[in-house]
Amino acid sequence: MTTLPEGFIPKILFILETYSQSFMQGIGYTMLIALVSTFIGCVIGLAVGIVQTIPTDKTENAAKHYILMVIKFILNAYVEIFRGTPMMIQAAFIYYGLPYVFGINLGMLPAAFLIVSINTGAYMAETVRGGILSIDPGQTEGAMAIGMNHFQTMTSVILPQALRNIMPQIGNNLIINIKDTCVLTIIGVTELTYATRSATGAYYTFFEAYTIAMVFYFILTFICSRILRVIEKKMDGPENFALAMDDAIVLGEGTYKYHGNPIETNHDVREFKRGEALKKQAGNGGER
Amino acid sequence: MSENAIISVKHLSKTFGSNQVLKDVDFEVHEGDVTCIIGASGSGKSTLLRCINLLEKPSGGEIQFHGQQIGGHGFDPCAYRAKVGMCFQSFNLFNNMSVLANCIAGPMKVQKKSREEAEKLAMNYLEKVGMAPYINAKPRQLSGGQKQRVAIARALAMQPEVLLFDEPTSALDPQMVGEVLSVMRTLAKEGLTMIVVTHEMAFARDVSTHVVYMADGVICEEGTPEEIFEHPKEERTREFLERFTNR
Repeated sequence: MTTLPEGFIPKILFILETYSQSFMQGIGYTMLIALVSTFIGCVIGLAVGIVQTIPTDKTENAAKHYILMVIKFILNAYVEIFRGTPMMIQAAFIYYGLPYVFGINLGMLPAAFLIVSINTGAYMAETVRGGILSIDPGQTEGAMAIGMNHFQTMTSVILPQALRNIMPQIGNNLIINIKDTCVLTIIGVTELTYATRSATGAYYTFFEAYTIAMVFYFILTFICSRILRVIEKKMDGPENFALAMDDAIVLGEGTYKYHGNPIETNHDVREFKRGEALKKQAGNGGER
Repeated sequence: MSENAIISVKHLSKTFGSNQVLKDVDFEVHEGDVTCIIGASGSGKSTLLRCINLLEKPSGGEIQFHGQQIGGHGFDPCAYRAKVGMCFQSFNLFNNMSVLANCIAGPMKVQKKSREEAEKLAMNYLEKVGMAPYINAKPRQLSGGQKQRVAIARALAMQPEVLLFDEPTSALDPQMVGEVLSVMRTLAKEGLTMIVVTHEMAFARDVSTHVVYMADGVICEEGTPEEIFEHPKEERTREFLERFTNR
C-alpha cells in the first residue's frame, strides 16, 4: 500500500487515482438505476394517474363503477404507502423481505430498479393526476364534440399536453433519483455513495472522499437538468412563427378597414407631425 | 310532430343541484333549418345546446335524433356526437396540434378515414373558412376569429348532419366577429342545418329560418325571424329586443 500524501488537494488526487475504477462504476450504477427507474416510474405514474382520473358514473354502468372504485382504492393505497415511508426502509423491507416471505431472491440490481421505480411511480401518479387536471376542460369537450371516446381523448389530446406540463416534474424526479440512489447502499448496491464509503475506509479520508462524491453528484444532476431543459425547448417548438398574411376573410364583411398608420395613433407622434405641418405651412406662407 | 325532424326535443328539463335551468322545453329542428336561440344570459340557451350534444345529461324529458331517442340504455354517445358537430365559445381547439392536425383528428380517429382522405376533406373545409394558408400554425399563433374558423372547419370535417354553435362570437372582439359570422352565413346559404345560440341579433334576423326566444329556462316565443323581430307577440320578447335595438 502506498502512503497517503499530505494536503487536501494531493489527498483528493490520490483517492481519485486509487479508486478511479470504483468511482466510475459507482457513477455508472447510479445513473443506470436513476435513468431506468425514472423511466419505469413515469410509466407506472402515468398508468396510475390515468386510471385515477377516469370519470365514473354510477347511474350509467354500476358494475364498471364499483370495479373502478376498488381499483382506485388499491392505487390510492399504493401511492400513500410508498410516498409515506422512507425509501431506505422500503429498500431493506423489500430486499430482505421478499426471500423471507415469498422465497423470491431478487438480485441486488433488479431490487434497486424495483424499489426506485415504484417510489418514483407513487410520486409521479400524483404529478400526472395534477397534470391531467390542469388541462382546460374545454379540451376534453372539444374532443368529445367530434365523437372521441375517453381513451382517444386522453391519448391524442390530454396526455400530450399534460406530459409537456409535467416535464419539469419528471426532471425533478430524475434528479431526486440520482441523489436518492445513495440510500441503496443499505442493500449493498455499489453506486456512487457505496464507492465513496469504500474509498474512505482504507485511509480515513472522509472529508476528501465525500468532497469528491459531492462534486460528482452535482456534475451528474447539473448535466441532466440542462439536457432536460433542451428537451423541453424542443417540445415547445419554434417560438416564432411566420404567419401567412393572405387571409382573405379578415377585414371582410362586418369589419371596417383602418386606413391610418397604427403608429400615428400614438399621441406624441401626432403632435410631432402637427408641429411639422405647421412649420411647413408657415414656411410656405412666408415664401408666398 | 312532423316526420322529417332531425332533432326533436320533448319536455326537456335540466337541474343543477336545486337550480332548475331548463323547464319543459320543446322544439324541433328540420333539415336545412338555421335555428337561432336568443335570450338573456342565464336563460338556459347554452345548457339546451349542451344537452342536445349530451355534454350535459338531461334531468328529464327526451331528445330524439331522427326519431330515435338519444341517451338511453346502450346508446353510443360518441357515434351520435360524430354526427352532431359543435363549436364552442372558447373554440376548444387542441392546443397540442397544428391547424391541419386539429381538422383531421376526428375523421381519422373517430371515422377511421385514411390520412389522405382526411387531409383532402380538411383542406376543403379549411379553404372554405379561409384558413388554408395556416395549416401548420398552432392554435396559440392564431387570433380569436381565426381559431373559431378553424374550429368550424374541424367540426365540418366530420361532415355532421347538424352543427351546433354555442355563442361562437361572444369571446371575440368586434373586428373578428364579422369574419366568423360571414363564414357561418356562407354555411347557412349552402343549406347546412345549424342551431346557433347567439347574441348577434342582426345575424339571427337576417340568416336564420327560425328564431327561438328563451327566458328563465322556457321557450317564451318562437317563429320566423320576421314574426319574432317585427311582430313579437309576447311582452317579454318585445322588452328583450328593445333593449338590444336601443343600444
